[in-house]
Amino acid sequence: MAVYGAGNYRASQGRGTAPGFSFTVYAILAIVLMVLDRRGGWLVQARYFLSGAAYPLQLAVSSPAQAWHWTEESLTARETLQAQNAVLRARDRELSLKVMRFEALARENAELRGLRDALPAVADHWMAAEVVDVELNGLRQRLLVNRGAHNGVYRGQAVMDNYGVLGQTTRVSPWSSEVILVTDPEHAIPVEIERTGVHTIAVGTGDPDSLALPYLPGNADVKPGDLLLTSGLGGVFPQGYPVARIAEVRHDAVQPLAQIRATPLAHLAALREVTLVWFQDTNPAAPTRLKNAEATGGNPALQRQPAPPLDLLPLPAFPRLTPAPAAASAPGAR
Amino acid sequence: MIERTQDSIGRVLLTVVVALVLSVLPLPPWLAAVRPAFLVLTVMYWSIAAPRAGGIGLGFFCGLALDVFRGAVLGQNALALAAITYVAVREHQKIRLKPAFQQALIMLGALIAYEFILFAIDGWTGHPITNPQRWLHALTGALIWPFATAVLDRVRGVR
Repeated sequence: MAVYGAGNYRASQGRGTAPGFSFTVYAILAIVLMVLDRRGGWLVQARYFLSGAAYPLQLAVSSPAQAWHWTEESLTARETLQAQNAVLRARDRELSLKVMRFEALARENAELRGLRDALPAVADHWMAAEVVDVELNGLRQRLLVNRGAHNGVYRGQAVMDNYGVLGQTTRVSPWSSEVILVTDPEHAIPVEIERTGVHTIAVGTGDPDSLALPYLPGNADVKPGDLLLTSGLGGVFPQGYPVARIAEVRHDAVQPLAQIRATPLAHLAALREVTLVWFQDTNPAAPTRLKNAEATGGNPALQRQPAPPLDLLPLPAFPRLTPAPAAASAPGAR
Repeated sequence: MIERTQDSIGRVLLTVVVALVLSVLPLPPWLAAVRPAFLVLTVMYWSIAAPRAGGIGLGFFCGLALDVFRGAVLGQNALALAAITYVAVREHQKIRLKPAFQQALIMLGALIAYEFILFAIDGWTGHPITNPQRWLHALTGALIWPFATAVLDRVRGVR
């Protein structure tokens, strides 16, 4: 540090604005910005452009890692590729077999539900996105992916990998978007325990290998190994996508709630590519959005229906339990 | 002396951009947890060594850049960084005369104050993050301060 140059700036005190004044101005500006940003509105647009402007630098910063991956990939030996190919082929065969059965099951299910027409697929279309930047620390578990508003990505879109649910988009920029992972401490996902059908909420812990289920009572029927599926509530994920597997259940005698940890099925730590998914709103399994306690989206048959006209209502004939005691109350007896 | 102030504005911008890149560079999680706040340290250096070259405005706009890159509430880092820059600019003559060890201690205090402002705003905006990891960078920042000043002194052309 330039200790010896200390005298140089002493004369400079008298020029320019006083630091106290400019600090006050900047502090007020910052607070106004924060309030506006929380409110939403035009600052959302400003941020959209700012993050668009920041994207080139983010790309440049992540380019060494990308270049490394690229060289690694292009230098993979022939044997490795062949081995990979064999694995993929086996996997493909296995999946095709499963899909064959799945088609039949889907038709059977539709028939059981009394739906004549074949159901549309839940997933309408999907798009692969490359991971540009990964932020995995105790405070934030986020990804930056290289698809944005120009590719039709919207806020609150489901993001998956080949194994399960990854998270959802939180902020969409022109060419990139930020994905909040299910393990982010600020993320919570409505889930259903596959074995019992119990609904609960899985909350991120900040650890990429663990989710917490803090709202189940101490006597809840949960076992390690239980699969957690999305419950279709919350408006982001359709029902029935795998999220996590229960890893640990602890019943503490003094705690009214069980302490449950689950391991996400998606491979959060080694991510290079993710899948952004668009869902069919008309499918019964599509996510339900609750707006002012009114369900919108999802299955139309399960939403609030207009009340039928009164005269069409078949009035049930309730048998009277006690016979009418007096003639006055029974008009037929007059 | 005025000439030096003039030519340092280019250097200030250069160091600030480098520090921003270091701050947002993707790192493995264990390393990212102890990553010092390079941009904050750089802004602190300039506000002590050459308060006219940047000053509180520099702190504010660097903070805003951090907000954009981190996806924080716009103005959060800006307010915190402007606040500690203000103290540094006001007391720059005293801090400058301190030996490196005491300066590092002052930086520890400043970084804790900075993180505390972020923590408070996080709480007010409804997502309190109470993970103790968030305070770790203040320690590493204070440790790296003597080296950071040595590098930045060279960039500035002192010595």
